Amino acid sequence: MTSATLSPLARSPFAGLMSGTAGPVLVVVAVLLAGWYLAAVLLNTPFQRDIYKRGGVEDVSIVQLVTDTLAQDRPVLPSPHQVAVEIWETTAEKSITSKRSLVYHSSITLSSTLLGFLMGTVLGILLAIGIVHSRVLDKSLMPWVIASQTIPILAIAPMIIVVLNAIGISGLLPKALISTYLSFFPVTVGMVKGLRSPEIIQLDLMKTYSASASQTLWKLRLPSAAPYLFASMKVGVAASLVGAIVGELPTGAVAGLGARLLAGSYYGQTVQIWSALIVAAVLAAALVSLIGLAERSALKRMGMAQ
Amino acid sequence: MTSVAQRASAKSPVAGILSTGALGLAVVAILLPVIRGESLRLDLIDTPSLALAVGAAIVLLAAYRFARVGRVYACIGLGGVSYALAFALIGLITPHAGDAGAGFWAYLVVAWAMAWLSVEEMAALEPRDPALRRLVALAIPLTFGIWLLILWQLLVVGFAVPRVLLPPPSEVWVRLLASPDILWKDFQQTFLKGVLIGYAIGCGSGFVVAILVDRVPFLRRGLLPIGNLVSALPIIGVAPIMVMWFGFDWPSKAAVVIIMTFFPMLVNTVTGLAAADRIQHDLMHTYAADYRQTLIKMRLPMAMPFIFNALKINSTLALIGAIVAEFFGTPIVGMGFRISTEVGRMNVDMVWASIAVAALAGSLFYGLVALVERVVTFWHPSVRG
Repeated sequence: MTSATLSPLARSPFAGLMSGTAGPVLVVVAVLLAGWYLAAVLLNTPFQRDIYKRGGVEDVSIVQLVTDTLAQDRPVLPSPHQVAVEIWETTAEKSITSKRSLVYHSSITLSSTLLGFLMGTVLGILLAIGIVHSRVLDKSLMPWVIASQTIPILAIAPMIIVVLNAIGISGLLPKALISTYLSFFPVTVGMVKGLRSPEIIQLDLMKTYSASASQTLWKLRLPSAAPYLFASMKVGVAASLVGAIVGELPTGAVAGLGARLLAGSYYGQTVQIWSALIVAAVLAAALVSLIGLAERSALKRMGMAQ
Repeated sequence: MTSVAQRASAKSPVAGILSTGALGLAVVAILLPVIRGESLRLDLIDTPSLALAVGAAIVLLAAYRFARVGRVYACIGLGGVSYALAFALIGLITPHAGDAGAGFWAYLVVAWAMAWLSVEEMAALEPRDPALRRLVALAIPLTFGIWLLILWQLLVVGFAVPRVLLPPPSEVWVRLLASPDILWKDFQQTFLKGVLIGYAIGCGSGFVVAILVDRVPFLRRGLLPIGNLVSALPIIGVAPIMVMWFGFDWPSKAAVVIIMTFFPMLVNTVTGLAAADRIQHDLMHTYAADYRQTLIKMRLPMAMPFIFNALKINSTLALIGAIVAEFFGTPIVGMGFRISTEVGRMNVDMVWASIAVAALAGSLFYGLVALVERVVTFWHPSVRG
């Protein structure tokens, strides 16, 4: 066994790197970045040529053209380093409370994401417990839980925000409600599966102990649903973030990553849009991996780690 | 004594409490005013439909509570009377929005309790005939949905909720019937152009790339973690960029849909192509099957449950993507455009009509994909039941 895993390493360190996951991922990321640069040059060239023509500049070298296309103010597609610089300037070099700081906007989005995620997870777990214990709920509610997600809630999110604002509910809660709606679904579906995952023989054992339904729930069903809960929480938190961002889109939203996106698209600030997008992506990845960490440590303590 | 024991065992404790409570409430409610400010006796006499429904409800609940009623009769009787009571209430409250009295709410609770009891009885029915069984499986969620609409209608009218906040379903229905041509044009623009074209291209290209990636193990190891990551990202954020690149018309919406649907399809197809067991590969090997034969005859059929999973996820994602992309700029047609402009003009009934069309289209789309899945993956344990 050890020789089989060691042999590629022994042959050449490069082959060893490439046979794992890290190497290929790095290569693919590098290729994607290269493609991004190429696309940026190609997409920005027409406008750059326009600038040259208007400025009366002639016989521009290729190198000059390429560097200019990658340094435009409002490029069609900003280059990766422009986005990186913008992110650096708006996170590290601005004070956190500044309206132009991405940290400030991220924290706004993050707070409604987390509130919505929390409410969605609690709602999802409660619904799942109800569905598992009541036949009527199982047969009547479950199809609607699934159907609820075919309603494009994201599409009507802005309207919900406006309506809730009109009756005096504003700030964090409306956005969090959108996140709740999106994140309860995966939790409900996963928890129903998880709460039903104990085998018949285990349920029979609880019956021989003459355990009540609530004892069976606390001591058998909930613990055995833990892996399902974490898996669906990963999906739920990502959906929650999307909900919070889209909830920030309607006019009047002044803060948050969604508002940054909207403002960027109004004023043609492509670099701003892309940096907000990248920060949102990093946020999503961080949230998902945070839950992954919690999953690993919780399951380890429960003796369920794979 | 024995009959009591048998009845108790047949009914769940919830049903017992619910039927007793509903019966008591129905009797007490006769003494309460249905419409605020009017005398109670007049209400029942003035509206014979309500008087009839209430009488039937009391008789039926008493029979259900104290005598043994056959399960099928109980379920049909309770369900029928609950609807009769609900529609009598709707007819009564419509001219008196906001003036609902205590009796009104008591009857509403009674009607709801009867609907719940009928569903409880229906859920306990286990018909042998598969057609009947399917009918029951359809009727239960349908009852739930209809009651959701009834409660929405009665609560909104009963409390006189301003229609700017939430219009009653009846008004949405009227608007739906009154403006089919606008809704149809929106549907054409958003669904038939943006969603369907984007969905086809996005899923198709995801599928093709997955097959190419699957041939090269290096790419599979490199792309799969990235694909998984991207599937969790808020891709909908590219909508403003796509609108900037491809203009206001449907191509920009299709582009958003393509990007949103591509990665779930890629990840699921690659996972599905790895679903075949070693022993199945060995079998194909003993048949001397080449790559193409193995792919078409074994691995793709094995991957179908995963592919359909992606198709189902994408069917809802596509609609969301197209509608949200329309918030960033459209020609003056489209569901997203309609929703955002009619909100601004306070025509909330039109907004809800658009939402209803979108929800219906999304559900039908999903249902269609699920139906095709049942036909294609007839061999899968989850379909065989």
